Amino acid sequence: MGSITLQKVSKVFGEAKVIPSIDLDIRDGEFVVFVGPSGCGKSTLLRLIAGLEDVSGGKIVIDGRDATEKAPSERGLAMVFQSYALYPHMSVRNNIAFPLKMAGMDKAEIDRKVNDAARVLNLGDYLDRKPRQLSGGQRQRVAIGRAIVRQPSAFLFDEPLSNLDAALRVNMRIEISELHQQLKTTMVYVTHDQVEAMTMADKIVVLNRGNIEQVGSPLELYRSPRNLFVAGFIGSPKMNFIRGQNAAQLNAHTIGIRPEHVLLSTESGDWKGKVTVAEHLGSDTFLHVDVDGIGMVTARSNGDFASKAGDTVYLTPDKTRIHKFNESGLAI
Amino acid sequence: MARKVTTQRKVIMTAIAWALAILIFFPILWTFLTSFKSEADAIASPPQFLFFHWTTENYAEVQSRSNYLSHFMNSVVISFGSTLIGLIIAIPAAWAMAFAPTKRTKDVLMWMLSTKMMPPVGALIPIYLMFRNSGLLDTRTGLVIVLTLINLPIIVWMLYTYFKEIPGEILEAARMDGASLAKEIIYVLTPMAVPGIASTLLLNIILAWNEAFWTLNLTASKAAPLTAFIASYSSPEGLFYAKLSAASTMAIAPILILGWFSQKQLVRGLTFGAVK
Repeated sequence: MGSITLQKVSKVFGEAKVIPSIDLDIRDGEFVVFVGPSGCGKSTLLRLIAGLEDVSGGKIVIDGRDATEKAPSERGLAMVFQSYALYPHMSVRNNIAFPLKMAGMDKAEIDRKVNDAARVLNLGDYLDRKPRQLSGGQRQRVAIGRAIVRQPSAFLFDEPLSNLDAALRVNMRIEISELHQQLKTTMVYVTHDQVEAMTMADKIVVLNRGNIEQVGSPLELYRSPRNLFVAGFIGSPKMNFIRGQNAAQLNAHTIGIRPEHVLLSTESGDWKGKVTVAEHLGSDTFLHVDVDGIGMVTARSNGDFASKAGDTVYLTPDKTRIHKFNESGLAI
Repeated sequence: MARKVTTQRKVIMTAIAWALAILIFFPILWTFLTSFKSEADAIASPPQFLFFHWTTENYAEVQSRSNYLSHFMNSVVISFGSTLIGLIIAIPAAWAMAFAPTKRTKDVLMWMLSTKMMPPVGALIPIYLMFRNSGLLDTRTGLVIVLTLINLPIIVWMLYTYFKEIPGEILEAARMDGASLAKEIIYVLTPMAVPGIASTLLLNIILAWNEAFWTLNLTASKAAPLTAFIASYSSPEGLFYAKLSAASTMAIAPILILGWFSQKQLVRGLTFGAVK
């Protein structure tokens, strides 16, 4: 079991209203990702769920029971921190055993569970080492081990991969996804990296200034963003926004078109422009084009498209993939 | 780019450093040498450096005239006692200030430190009267209390700076792992802060050991520690340099030995956690 419900949850730090009021349902077994720019309140929201911060108003219900006033240790949740937060003076074995020891479990049982967790996470050879003798990836695994041993009703991850290098991040992302499939336990994951959000989540919660902008599956958010913020935040490179006449023609205040939905050509197309920057990634080419009468537009093509800065190119947006927004930024 | 250091410059710098070190160390060395002189040699002019008649009679004299061991035990009880009680009070206080600060925490810390800026003599009369009325004059208990209070701001400050270096996330992790506040402090915070606690302990034992103002003013004979023992040899009836030196050497020797063996911890302590 691991359902979490937030009812009108708010958080105020002094004068600053970090989270005005949030309602959210997290179902048992779901992988939910909170994503948003820095300072959007996503980590605060996670810490409110954990009980590391007190709510200023509203209710947090975990597994059908009101947990608003409960101490972190009484909520049955486990957390993995960005800095790993391992106990530096304890061996890997004692780090993983710590929550079980706190729960007063007997020694034989603790040993069995620690060994199981170590096997799942490939930590068997490192059990007697201290955290400082481990690499970043191994430390993160220990932190995850410490979280899984006591079979919590939900896992909370606070930007767990942001201290790892790019290659390791991809591996750990896959490991965490596999772990979720294996354990089928609710996971709440905070990140500012929308690639992590898109690849791991069952459900993404996009946050901005303490408010939920949209909740949905990764593809729902990608295909039908509810407003300009979500449209701009989900997808990489970012969606192009065009205002003025081109938008007015489609009865919108702003139109949005993703770079991958703009067809590039060196011969003909709807819009003509000059390449200002060309990014060749091998598999893809991103061209930043200064389009006559529109401004900067980013377009994506396959890696073979050999334009360089200063070249003239033609762009044709895929009409069926244009997103329309009204004056207040909401999707029409 | 590393700065070029010529050999000549190196030699000069080394010589200056040695000269300064010897200058600072000289009074202690002189005290030590004087303690082995006869009273006549001790005041001889010009002073005799090494070629005098070495004698241990001062030590024997000091030992027979006063009870060194009882003063020594008073010093031990007072310095260790006040430091331990201070730590027991300061650990939770520093925990609260480091990990659960409020708007006023910085002010409280400054206020605590500011009490150390006041000349102690300003508080002598009220404290003396309080001690007299409550029967604490010339008792070990009284001195433990007063030295605990005198050094508490320093203990809290030192622990506070050490605790500040411990990432709060680790304590939060302990809380998530089901540790109560007491278990969090016992199993996680204290072991991580052991180097800091150890240097705080050492430094405060030394401070309490050498504290002279309160120990001299609040004791007569029963609870008098080694500071009072030294002072008893500089009496108005006439100075006995050799015996005073012998008493001083005996008084500072234990703490000097303790300091020597704990140099590494002490340097950390004295730099207030600035060196990581």
